[in-house]
Amino acid sequence: MFSVLQVFPDPAILAIISVLITGCAGVPGLFIRTGGPGQYIAAAMTLLAALLGIPASLALLFASKAATYILDWSLPFGSCELAIDPLSAFFLLPVFTVGAAGSLFALGYWPSASHRSTEPGLTFFYGLLAASMALLVMARNGMFFLMVWEIMALSAYFLLVTEHEREEVRRAGTLYLISTHIGTGALLIFFSLLAARSGSFLFPAAGTLSALSPVMMFLASAALIGFGSKAGIMPLHLWLPATHANAPSHVSALMSGVMLKMGLYGIFRTLTFFSDPPLLWGATLAVAGISTALAGIVFAAAQRDLKRLLAYSSIENIGIITAALGVALLGHASNNATLTYLCLAAALLHIYNHALFKPLLFLGSGVVIHASGGRDMNLMGGLGKLMPKAAILSLAGVIAICGIPPFNGFISEFLFYLGLFSQLQTTKMIFIVMLVPALALVGGVALLSFTKLFGAVFLGTPRRHFNSHAREPGWTMLLPMAFFAMACLLIGLLPQYALRLVSPAMVSFMPDVNFAAAYPSGYISGLGRLSMVGFLLLLIIVAVTFFWQWRLRRKPVVFGATWGCGYQRATARMQYVATSFSESAVSVFDGIVRQRVERPHLTGLFPRPVACLDFPSDTVLEQIITPVFNATGGAFAFMRRLQNGQMHLYMLYIFATLLILMLWAH
Amino acid sequence: MTDIFIHIILAMLMPPLLLGVIGKTKALFAGRVGAPFLQPYYDILRLLRKGTVFSTTTTWIFRAGPVVALATTAVAALLIPLGYHSAPISFSGDMILYAYLFALGRFFTMAAALDTGSSFEGMGAAREATYSCLAEPTLFFALITLSRLSGSYSLSEMLSNVTTVVWSYAGASLLLLIGGMFIVLLVENCRIPFDDPNTHLELTMIHEVMVLDHSGPAFAIVQYAAALKLFVLGAFFVRLALPFATGNTLLDWVVFMSSMLGLAVAIGVVESVMARLRLVRVPQLLVAATILAAFSTLLVIR
Repeated sequence: MFSVLQVFPDPAILAIISVLITGCAGVPGLFIRTGGPGQYIAAAMTLLAALLGIPASLALLFASKAATYILDWSLPFGSCELAIDPLSAFFLLPVFTVGAAGSLFALGYWPSASHRSTEPGLTFFYGLLAASMALLVMARNGMFFLMVWEIMALSAYFLLVTEHEREEVRRAGTLYLISTHIGTGALLIFFSLLAARSGSFLFPAAGTLSALSPVMMFLASAALIGFGSKAGIMPLHLWLPATHANAPSHVSALMSGVMLKMGLYGIFRTLTFFSDPPLLWGATLAVAGISTALAGIVFAAAQRDLKRLLAYSSIENIGIITAALGVALLGHASNNATLTYLCLAAALLHIYNHALFKPLLFLGSGVVIHASGGRDMNLMGGLGKLMPKAAILSLAGVIAICGIPPFNGFISEFLFYLGLFSQLQTTKMIFIVMLVPALALVGGVALLSFTKLFGAVFLGTPRRHFNSHAREPGWTMLLPMAFFAMACLLIGLLPQYALRLVSPAMVSFMPDVNFAAAYPSGYISGLGRLSMVGFLLLLIIVAVTFFWQWRLRRKPVVFGATWGCGYQRATARMQYVATSFSESAVSVFDGIVRQRVERPHLTGLFPRPVACLDFPSDTVLEQIITPVFNATGGAFAFMRRLQNGQMHLYMLYIFATLLILMLWAH
Repeated sequence: MTDIFIHIILAMLMPPLLLGVIGKTKALFAGRVGAPFLQPYYDILRLLRKGTVFSTTTTWIFRAGPVVALATTAVAALLIPLGYHSAPISFSGDMILYAYLFALGRFFTMAAALDTGSSFEGMGAAREATYSCLAEPTLFFALITLSRLSGSYSLSEMLSNVTTVVWSYAGASLLLLIGGMFIVLLVENCRIPFDDPNTHLELTMIHEVMVLDHSGPAFAIVQYAAALKLFVLGAFFVRLALPFATGNTLLDWVVFMSSMLGLAVAIGVVESVMARLRLVRVPQLLVAATILAAFSTLLVIR
């Protein structure tokens, strides 16, 4: 099938052209005075780029060897290489898909007509963010990589502060800017040390470094901090919830669906440099991953802000991917090809799955926020009646993200479980099977969190009066969501084909593992059976529905109010709200997250109306991180004198630093 | 082929009988005559012939709840081996599908409950969500133990491996396991001491309160799906607890059926001698079940 695509002269050129088109998509809008056309041009360009870029990426994914180009530049960091191997192509695919879907969605969600002042900037930086991520996975020079990384980080910042008139948004922006630069700092150390060892900023060829020297350990930690903070591995996740919550929804979709994956791409790419990642690295990633997943989903369960819940669930999914990657590394280090195969397939497939269902849910949240004018789930409800199509598409995303059949989230978790179970037949490292119950708990809490989300937002009676926006969104908003929902269902129903999509990336990532021999046919036939059972399930659902309809038609059907156990005056405010739904579960995880309630003090016989507030509070953040940061801030208070706001003094600092460095170098 | 046929017939027809046996046992303990064994069948048939009341608050999600709950349990019934006979569908990793199918059914039941906009049903859904996510790790610990003992990844092989011989060398582990699994069986099927299926006092219930608004044929589907779930989880449990086999196919079916009836009696006895737990105690008992199952896993993977 893909041989047809290879008829094109060069898919790599095509991919680079699509990146350029994406990057320039917002430029015309900056110069067009009247609102409107700029945004449409941008959406059309991004779609065109996707139409070119997706087949090109597929061709590159299935190509046997990497396409390499040298960029001629005069900067003193060595030659600038661009290369697209299957691993890069694998990460390119979501960039184009989610990027195009989001820009189409923006036409209805952030229309130029009603957001005249912010739309051109938003559109411009959106294109820049997508293009920088695509370029990032092609970069093979450390310095060039960092430059693109900064473009990505900064365009994400400008997207995030689109609504900068709100205090909350500005705070989130500052937090994001600080964390992303801590990450960049770590990466700068990483690439400099790497360059110091290999003599050039070009990425070392795959498998050329040995991981066993202590310097490498330091190097790897720097990479883990840098890339991990972008991916949102705990405790480097602090920026993530506020950022995803405050950005416009299609931007959150791109950030969560793709930008977090750039952190993971960095981890994958770094690992390819080494011929022998030791057990310790795999164990570190597995432990970090599963703790991230568990803590992330528990935080998610406690949220009442719709988008914060989704953001915390992104942290959970990144945790699952990291854990699967960690176990795959353990399998690699212990020469267990089956374990490596299954867990690596799980990690890579989950990257795709998360890049499908999370954008779907963020776009859905955009529709919901558009309609209800807020993000507080306790004030929503009943939207399923006002926008049935958006509700059913969001439902697909909710089922997929809970990892239940017959949707795609289940497939990657299935592979991960199977990999862990396969370890039971060996004698070494059998303890990793303890990840299984942890994963099951994560799945259970995810089910709770997303039942809460779906129930509080779409089901029941509206808890307040919605404005006129509370109706079915237009096709530009529904179409991207429908695309993601269909993709989720397709991967869930036909997992054997989805696995073919990830295998080239697996071979490219671990070329030394003989996956063909490890290709355990029993497991793959299992995927075929899974697909069969998925169809069987749908068939039985249809059969039961017909049976029920047949019974329904024979007897009268009456409509009435919900049974209130005899109580006649039930109101919408009496429903279970999001907070009450998760209250008892959250109380079990008291050490991680706490439901804090500020009860008003009532006085007198006829107290005046007062407000009662409840909000989730992060125990780790409040007990550990905030005190540490405050203490650090206090200890370094004297440094503030340097920061006096006078331009000429800052220039003096730069000059002095350069001088000292020059003297030191000589 | 005959075995598959018997499997499907049994899974379709036997579940309500278990409820009848539980009811009869409880009646005997209370000194009553009790309803006939076949009463649950009559109830389901009666409900199928009734009209339906839908709340005007609800959407199609409410109608999807019972349908999906029944469909998922039916598929799970095809994955579980009954007695010594392999399941009709069996493949590597089917135990994971088995566990997650219940999650799908649960999701739709809870969504249907929330769709009514009633605070009672919301309460039931919240409890169901909380308790089931605490029960999940126990089931997976059990699967790990069984997979380790049998060296396989499918329910049929994992469960048919448990014989009296295995009991003789892994008895301690299996004993801990059936302790944990019995608790899971009771909580998943909303039996005493976690939930009382007989009351309609809203504040005491989990499952019953979630389905308050279903009526007529839909409620028949709900009732039947609940009985089928008891059957499917019970089949898992009796295979662990009563690993007897005769070697004769037909006789083994008889052994299986009498084991299931024995389980129903045991549940009836538990329900008669125990009171429902206070809700705050439920998570503690579930964590205890997890720890029991974790111990059993430790014993086999050490």
